[in-house]
Amino acid sequence: FPGLADVSISQDIPVEGEITVPVGSHSPDEDYSTLDEPVRDTIMRDLKAVGKKFVHVMYPRKSSTLLRDWDLWGPLVLCVSLALMLQGGSADSKDDGGPQFAEVFVIIWFGAVVITLNSKLLGGTISFFQSLCVLGYCVLPLTVAMLVCRLVLLAGAGTISFIIRLIVVMAMFGWSTLASTAFLADSQPPNRKALVVYPIFLFYFVISWMILTFTPQ
Amino acid sequence: IVCLVMYLFAEFDDAANLLAANPDATTISIDEPVETPKNQHSRLKEPGREEDDELLGTDDSDKTELLAGQKKSAPFWTFEYYQTFFDVDTYQVLDRIKGSVFPVPGKNFVRLYIRSNPDLYGPFWICATLVFTIAVSGNLSNFFIHLGKPTYHYVPEFRKVSIAATTIYAYAWLVPLALWGFLMWRNSKVMNIVSYSFLEIVCVYGYSLFIYIPTAILWIIPQKVVRWVLVVFSLCLSGSVLVMTFWPAVRDDNRRVALATVGTILLLHALLALGCLAYFFDAPELDFLAPVIPAHNGTTVTTKSQ
Repeated sequence: FPGLADVSISQDIPVEGEITVPVGSHSPDEDYSTLDEPVRDTIMRDLKAVGKKFVHVMYPRKSSTLLRDWDLWGPLVLCVSLALMLQGGSADSKDDGGPQFAEVFVIIWFGAVVITLNSKLLGGTISFFQSLCVLGYCVLPLTVAMLVCRLVLLAGAGTISFIIRLIVVMAMFGWSTLASTAFLADSQPPNRKALVVYPIFLFYFVISWMILTFTPQ
Repeated sequence: IVCLVMYLFAEFDDAANLLAANPDATTISIDEPVETPKNQHSRLKEPGREEDDELLGTDDSDKTELLAGQKKSAPFWTFEYYQTFFDVDTYQVLDRIKGSVFPVPGKNFVRLYIRSNPDLYGPFWICATLVFTIAVSGNLSNFFIHLGKPTYHYVPEFRKVSIAATTIYAYAWLVPLALWGFLMWRNSKVMNIVSYSFLEIVCVYGYSLFIYIPTAILWIIPQKVVRWVLVVFSLCLSGSVLVMTFWPAVRDDNRRVALATVGTILLLHALLALGCLAYFFDAPELDFLAPVIPAHNGTTVTTKSQ
């Protein structure tokens, strides 16, 4: 190349630098460094993530924490505790009683999967597990309602207790639906929002119905 | 051909007879990715219909081989294939529901609302809502009927939800399958002018079940007369939607076959309604208002019945 014939690196301009790339704290690959940490740290980190999500559900703002770092621990814990609290219900367990443990489990998980599929089929941009995560975490208000209902039922099962339970369950049902809608609505195409919100409403309505109709033996 | 089609569609608003003069408008099947050019032109030139999404040139009208990117051409194992069955907006679903509740005499539900964009959203979620509505209403109604009795202990009757789900989903999917098979078989014997694809039949059945949702809620009222009036009323409405949809499809067949088909459709529909009423809702024993029909089983006289 003729033009480069007279290009040379002069001796007094040193070429130097570092070859190694420092592993900064902003590196996304933390997995390499978490292998050596104590188990307690690992568990606490996950617990803190779950706890933070619980707080986000109780005070729903349009934050993307729930959406970005999804996990299914919270939904699992909520589902199991809700299903356990719905046990010990009325009458003989063989027929016409309350829902069995497996039925509650199946309704919650299968319902969440169906709603996620529905929103994806309608053109939503949210990922499958993110949606499952949001729907599962938003069961938290209803689990709280179940706890309150059981406590109220300990005190008596009359009309007043029913009215208290009704108000609590309705309030929590509204809270759940609003919380999940706040998180999920943005990822839907605008002219189909109602089509996506309605199944969520139905889902939490069914869970609320199971909670409200729980009668102890 | 275009002029002929334009003429035909200028008279689209007239009586159902003219539906027969329109040969190819509903010959739609999922398996055939190619529509006749007549169909394409006809939909673009249709004046002022409610579902004017076609006039806006959405992907629904890309059905001829003239245009690339046909709808429903994705292979069935991809997600996009199933997305084509959910290609509806909120207002479209609401329009279809409205059309099933207020049937216009002479207007065909499939032709008017589905218009070769059958969706699975409506049938699926209407069935789901109906399942839970019937279960919840039945439970509530039994609770109110047996309320005063000392031996009554409330049970949520959760078993019945699975029974309701099986029944309603079986009705909404297996009956259309049988009907579609039957219509296809008759089509091979008799040249029918109007034929429907399987999804369109599922759509009609799904949307026609919508009227039962408010009916089930009103069935909570523990009055025999009220319940029977409701049954008859909702049966008339949804039955008429079904009849007006399927009569043009069997009209050209043997008279007896046509009548038997439509009769069977109505009979199954009635059986569903009456079966749900009988199984999920206990018979009211007391008439709380002035009894129009004397209660045969009314042994307990309460101060409420005046």
